[in-house]
Amino acid sequence: MVPSYVPLSYYLLLSGFLFACGVVGFLIKRNIITIFMSIELMLNGVNLSFVAFAAHWHALAGQVFVFFVMVVAAAEAAVGLAIIIAVYRTRETLNVDQVNLLKL
Amino acid sequence: MHLFLFLMFGAVCVGGAINLLAQRHPITSALSLIAVMAALAGEYLLLGAEFVAAVQVIVYAGAIMVLFVFVIMLLNAGEEEQTKGSRVAILLGVPGMLTGGLLIGWVVLRHSGTESVPIGALPGHPTDIAQLLFHDFLLPFEVTSVLILIAIMGAVVLASKPEASAGKVG
Repeated sequence: MVPSYVPLSYYLLLSGFLFACGVVGFLIKRNIITIFMSIELMLNGVNLSFVAFAAHWHALAGQVFVFFVMVVAAAEAAVGLAIIIAVYRTRETLNVDQVNLLKL
Repeated sequence: MHLFLFLMFGAVCVGGAINLLAQRHPITSALSLIAVMAALAGEYLLLGAEFVAAVQVIVYAGAIMVLFVFVIMLLNAGEEEQTKGSRVAILLGVPGMLTGGLLIGWVVLRHSGTESVPIGALPGHPTDIAQLLFHDFLLPFEVTSVLILIAIMGAVVLASKPEASAGKVG
């Protein structure tokens, strides 16, 4: 391996690790805001593999997809945090175990 | 040198992600997520994606995480209470996750480990990205603007006070 080059597989492993951390956080966390942050972590992991593949295949379109992912993440964060505020206003809790009914 | 930088930023990423899982308080998790995003911007720079790195810092680590921190402080979120996980899930899940992760890692290292990513071979200049974004991907770009508009309206409607919206309806 040439020392100044980083293999693609290293980037993919890092990306997969970040995605796995996001999945684990999504499953084990009980705070709804932390669950949301785990989703952002998953999106970041996917973005890293997009950019790594873009550099690997010399296709700039991979970097453009990252922008679309960021746009979707921003929209999702705005709407999701608004939903969290609405849930907190009616239930006074952020624990997802206590938010088990759609309607009060 | 690049491998060293990759490992440094990667260590920050891994540490931040694990810290996000380990911390109980959401504000600590948010700060470690900001560290992960900043380190990822460094990885993007290593991959020659300068514009993506800048946008990552400005939009992700800036705007989106500020929104998160703002909501955490607005709702005065405290430490989360831990619930008992089921024993079966731990007994089956942890070995299963380790097996799956090691299998995927082995396959990835085995089958794509020979190719290296040349540094700086693909300059992600804003000019080239703009050419793609406003020419080849013009329709998805316009559709995302509609998506943003809908998200803004949805956020305003959802977060507005119930009596205010009820007053408008009535």
